[in-house]
Amino acid sequence: MRTIQPHLQAIAYASIAALALLALLSSHWWAGELAGQMQFDARLLPPSTAHWLGTDALGRELWARTLAGLGLSFWVGCLAALLGTAIALSLAILAMLSPRLDALVQLLIDTLLSVPHLILLLLIAFALGGGLHAVIIAVATTHWPSLARVLRAELLQLRQAPYIGISRALGKSQGFIVLHHFLPHALPHCLVGALLLFPHAILHEAALTFLGVGLSPSQPAIGILLADAMRYLSGGYWWLGVFPGLGLLLMVLSIERTATLLRRALSP
Amino acid sequence: MRLGLAIARRLLRLGLVLLCVAAVSFSLMMASPVDPVDAYLGPQMAQVSPEQRELIAQRWGFNDPAPLQFGRWLQQLASGNLGFSHVYNQPVGDVISQRFQRSIALLGSAWLLSILLGFTLGIIAGAKEHSPLDKMISTYAYITASTPTFWLAILSIMFFSVYLGWAPVCCAGPTGVLSSETGLLTRAHHLALPVVTLTLLGTASITLHTRTRMLALMRSEIATHAFAQGASRLDIAWRHGVRHASLPALTLALASLGELFGGSILIEQVFAYPGLGRATVEAGLRSDVPLLLGIALFTAVFVCSGNMLADSLYHLIDPRMRRKYA
Repeated sequence: MRTIQPHLQAIAYASIAALALLALLSSHWWAGELAGQMQFDARLLPPSTAHWLGTDALGRELWARTLAGLGLSFWVGCLAALLGTAIALSLAILAMLSPRLDALVQLLIDTLLSVPHLILLLLIAFALGGGLHAVIIAVATTHWPSLARVLRAELLQLRQAPYIGISRALGKSQGFIVLHHFLPHALPHCLVGALLLFPHAILHEAALTFLGVGLSPSQPAIGILLADAMRYLSGGYWWLGVFPGLGLLLMVLSIERTATLLRRALSP
Repeated sequence: MRLGLAIARRLLRLGLVLLCVAAVSFSLMMASPVDPVDAYLGPQMAQVSPEQRELIAQRWGFNDPAPLQFGRWLQQLASGNLGFSHVYNQPVGDVISQRFQRSIALLGSAWLLSILLGFTLGIIAGAKEHSPLDKMISTYAYITASTPTFWLAILSIMFFSVYLGWAPVCCAGPTGVLSSETGLLTRAHHLALPVVTLTLLGTASITLHTRTRMLALMRSEIATHAFAQGASRLDIAWRHGVRHASLPALTLALASLGELFGGSILIEQVFAYPGLGRATVEAGLRSDVPLLLGIALFTAVFVCSGNMLADSLYHLIDPRMRRKYA
């Protein structure tokens, strides 16, 4: 029973995540319009049956804004995780080709890991002038090194495997080995790595936006919502701060758990 | 002798990495669309004629090729001059040292507390695997690991400062009072909530890591042997577990200094605590390039020394590691 349990749990988490995903991916269409709609006779109202999660200072529905924000976070996280994984994979494979390239990649990893993530994120967002693309690029460039390290170690081990030696002895080219041996071996790790990158990417996007160097204030991002809540903090408008953050926490938690359980299922 | 060589090699590597950090952050600043003359002038931008702007650009060497500018900056850096911050109207070195003194109180206490709390919770959870206590601790760790730092800070202000009124809402001291006149108690009162928030978030990774270590120990031959002699799980946790797990926990804590610093940026922003983290955000928002570069380098030194310390601690504390170098 104990051996099946993690899988059942993984399936349960994955289905919850999939449901949430569907809601989020479509949120742009059914909540996007409402998220920007101002009602000046309904400003700063607490949660009620008419306004499920309350309204903000401009009378906008908080539930619509939160959902739209989570959807936005999700897209940013997706793109950043994919981009980060692609960078990690290509550099890890590049490091396998020659010792000199390997040293270079190692140096790059060490360099990027020695600056705190948030500082590097600030620098990159500053260099690119802020906005959606800047956030995605910044998060991807700061998050690939840890995954690249794992992949490099994996591939180093693989390179010693007998079948690679045989392949080489048979006269297969470097490109053939990369394409037919390295890539298939690294892809499962990449999948898990990308999933584990995802929650970090979302949290860092929200942090950057919250600090004011990320997405523009006109977009209903979670970071923007929480920065708004900061302004009305001493007024006791608790719903402004509680719900967007809670939504973000639930989303990150479910993805994180799915990734961890998936990793356990893939490598028992 | 070999130990000396190892240290020398590591220092060389540190120097190389720092040089790379300087190069990367400098090129990022060069790539920025913010005009350095605009950033320097600030609000007086409109009062300056194009000819004067050209003069300023020439005087500061903005028209020179980037590698030349980088070389000049490195030269100044080597002589200890980090440049001048226009946001704070002070040399960058002064800004960093003043602000860091305030941040270190926050960082240091949160760091120590999170090690203590995280380690204790991890040992307890690992010793009592599958008990309700273990489930509670693990759930707590999983949840805090996914919590946005700044959200927890906002929640704690809402609850403790606004609703209960126990703690001040912001800053490092009461407004309108000089920082030299604020007493130690007032300062601690203002620091308490930020420290608690940062600690709660920092414990998660140490707790989970220590718990995993303890579980591995409980399944090891050492534990089987001790069980056979009639020891309880708590005995093993206390006699072997603490020693077994303390070094990795300390290493992890030292290696996660960067993350802690990142957390302090967000916490300082929410609590309006005037430390280095807030200065970083100000510098980023108001394009203070020398200050940003200075902070990037400073934090890199900070993080690298943490990593180096973690590596050397292994050799100092664990005799099995020392034998390799002897």
